[in-house]
Amino acid sequence: MSQAPKPEELLRVSHIPPKKDWMDPRVDLVPGTWGYPGKASSLETLGLPNPREWNPTDEDWKLPPNWKEIIHEGLKERLEKYRSLKVFLDICVRCGACADKCHFFIGSGDPKNMPVLRAELLRSIYRKDFTAVGRMLGTFAGGRELTEDVIKEWFYYFHQCTECRRCSLYCPYGIDTAEITIVVRELLNLIGVNIDWILGAAANCYRTGNHLGLEPHTFKGNIDFLVDDIEEYVGVRLNPTFNRKGAEVLFIAPSGDVFADPGIFTYMGYLMLFEHIGLDYTISTYASEGGNFGLFTSQETMKRLNSKMYAEAKRLGVKWILGGECGHMWRVLHQYMDTMNGPADFLEVPKSPITGTVFDNAKSTKMIHIVEFMADLIRHGKLKLNPKRNDYRRTTWHDSCNVSRGMGMFEEPRYVLKSVCNNFFEMPENTIREQTFCCGGGTGLNAGEFEYLRMMGGMPRAFAVKHVQEKHGVNLLVNVCALDRAILPPLMDYWAPEVSVSGLTELVANALVMEGEHDRPTDLRGEDIPGLEGDE
Amino acid sequence: MAVWYSLLLVLGMSLFVYLGAGLLGLQAIFGIVVPYAAILVFLIGFTMRVLGWAKSPVPFRIPTTAGQQKSLDWIKPSKIDSPYTTWGVVGRMAMEVLLFRSLFRNTKAEITEGKLAYGSNKWLWLGGILFHYTFLTIVIRHLRFFTEPVPYFVQALESIDGMLQIGSPVIYQTDVILVAALLFLLVRRLASPQLRYISLPADYFPLFLILGIALSGIMMRYFAIFKVDLMSVKVLAMGLATFTPTIPEGIGVMFFIHLFLFSVLLAYFPFSKLMHLGGVFLSPTRNLPNDSRMVRHVNPWNAPVKVHTYEHYEDDFREKMIEADLPVEKQA
Repeated sequence: MSQAPKPEELLRVSHIPPKKDWMDPRVDLVPGTWGYPGKASSLETLGLPNPREWNPTDEDWKLPPNWKEIIHEGLKERLEKYRSLKVFLDICVRCGACADKCHFFIGSGDPKNMPVLRAELLRSIYRKDFTAVGRMLGTFAGGRELTEDVIKEWFYYFHQCTECRRCSLYCPYGIDTAEITIVVRELLNLIGVNIDWILGAAANCYRTGNHLGLEPHTFKGNIDFLVDDIEEYVGVRLNPTFNRKGAEVLFIAPSGDVFADPGIFTYMGYLMLFEHIGLDYTISTYASEGGNFGLFTSQETMKRLNSKMYAEAKRLGVKWILGGECGHMWRVLHQYMDTMNGPADFLEVPKSPITGTVFDNAKSTKMIHIVEFMADLIRHGKLKLNPKRNDYRRTTWHDSCNVSRGMGMFEEPRYVLKSVCNNFFEMPENTIREQTFCCGGGTGLNAGEFEYLRMMGGMPRAFAVKHVQEKHGVNLLVNVCALDRAILPPLMDYWAPEVSVSGLTELVANALVMEGEHDRPTDLRGEDIPGLEGDE
Repeated sequence: MAVWYSLLLVLGMSLFVYLGAGLLGLQAIFGIVVPYAAILVFLIGFTMRVLGWAKSPVPFRIPTTAGQQKSLDWIKPSKIDSPYTTWGVVGRMAMEVLLFRSLFRNTKAEITEGKLAYGSNKWLWLGGILFHYTFLTIVIRHLRFFTEPVPYFVQALESIDGMLQIGSPVIYQTDVILVAALLFLLVRRLASPQLRYISLPADYFPLFLILGIALSGIMMRYFAIFKVDLMSVKVLAMGLATFTPTIPEGIGVMFFIHLFLFSVLLAYFPFSKLMHLGGVFLSPTRNLPNDSRMVRHVNPWNAPVKVHTYEHYEDDFREKMIEADLPVEKQA
């Protein structure tokens, strides 16, 4: 947290724009608000252009000599490929409804973090180079010259957008800044301008299957550790299988849940749940990542990484795929996967072997969300639950941006949470459901060096948590996204200390009464459960 | 600066007409040539723009889901905010286009005393919806100049609009509301530092232009010194509508200013942000159903990409996999 100022200082943020005209592209690279550049080796792994050693603070970014032409052609190609881009560049009326909807603008006060202006950074170039009026009238029509300073500005500000789409909800035309950010990041990737936290992760996913770069034996080893922990805390020995042909279900989770606290407790939860219901499933080391860092790189990279899921399901001969708790993983699975890598005609429409429920909402992708799956199990009374084990938790629910505004999953997680936990309190209505606020670090902005801005960007989310903490004594922020589980803990430490963070399945598993379990005085984190003595 | 440029531009155009149509008497140019040219530019431009958008495909289904998805039977899906049928999409679009639903959601975020508070903020919605509906009403009302006999709905609209029976000639409520809404939208842009910061000449110009159209119309109708001969105006309008244009004597110059500014608006329309009129219908985050897991959508430019296949993966890690008891396809 060295780079971030104290919370009180951040609160003095001014939303009054500076004197400098926004058309001036020169940026101050404020420390703590930008990411380190992608390593040449990562670019080489993925075969991306212009691998080199460079630093954003350098004057010379070592762009290819014809960079201008590349950007121009790249934009032209994308205008032909995406109606969304074309329409969104043309019809914004700059009404400003989106301005104070962005968590980064609320937190930083930087006017270029207003979604309207963020998009205008691209729009001004488009106008100058692609429209007749812009070509003729230049600045008067809102056009700007494409210069190296513009590239630097793009690098800075399009890595200060988490593609959370909150602005698109309020826009009268549904202009989605995420679409603009996606395209600009693609353009930047064409000339080798990107950040390491995304590129490194994408390269790892490509090579080893998961963003951590865990090779197959290590991936399995990590899960074996979790199995040991479950045995210690629950008293039941599980035997998950890997790369097993002929299993009914392929289970794919975000790999963050395999290695980092508190995601690992969620993973323990997945394993316990499957054991409890006797699911015939397997885990793949090849398709060992749900999250798709390609989404933050380019459409092609996204497709390349995503392809592993169907390929592996086909190789293993499973009937359908079950996905873990993750945000952007589900944006890709829900909105892109079937189109990019389908048709999944070698799979069957997901049918719960326990309840017989057929998931018609996934009849084409053949892939369902674990929360949908759990909600169905609980509804049919197939889980033995003791919610009292979660009585020491006073919970609130963080709707992750992607499953909210990109998928529409609001009721399922609330139903599950309320079934396994007696204390649940909603945050204020302007901060939940479709109006939910980003954690501040989605789309690969979880890098350590980006912490200062992340604390600013996470402020609106944190304040809503603080509100229910003060009002209802909330001490646990539950969510359904692996990046949330990584990003929210430091955010809570900063703004709302004493609130911890967990995934949903962790709470389910904590309440789960397993066959053959021993006395469970501790939770999955190995911590004592207060007030449970003598209850069981 | 942007605001002064735009104001001067509109004033300059008015002066230009005053000189051209008033002093030099080039009424045929301002009464016939300009309006025809403007309509032509509008029609061709608008069509080209929409076709241009339509030419680009929508490869992925990317609706912003503002409500519960359709999933389990016992969970009530949100048919409008997360539509999964065509009718749901029609409903969502209708709410959006006719009622400005997203704008109705508008909130205001403020940090006060160490707290972040959100308040409802419907002023922009109110100003926007009043402006659009009064403008529409006024445009329809103008049909009385282009039709003979005047259709019943135009007459009915007129009498509703003048219901309050204030003054003579009767003051149309829409005239007053339109000007008030335009002034609100203008003042809003100028008063908020953030909005002023993002506003381009292209944002002020249409506001002044429409304000100019409204004010010139109002002056003609309500102020004796600017009065124009309505019968002559109708003759001109009917001439234009029936492609037998004539310029009757005695139309005041204010009419030509009014007509010219409106012609400029028409011609400017396809090249400007005003195209949101057409674009709102084509916005992929709003006009698509949230059904991408139910139905397969095809991306017309989907091309194969280089992937890291399982075979390669196993080649890379075979020994380690065998050592860790992971099944392999080929033994080392």
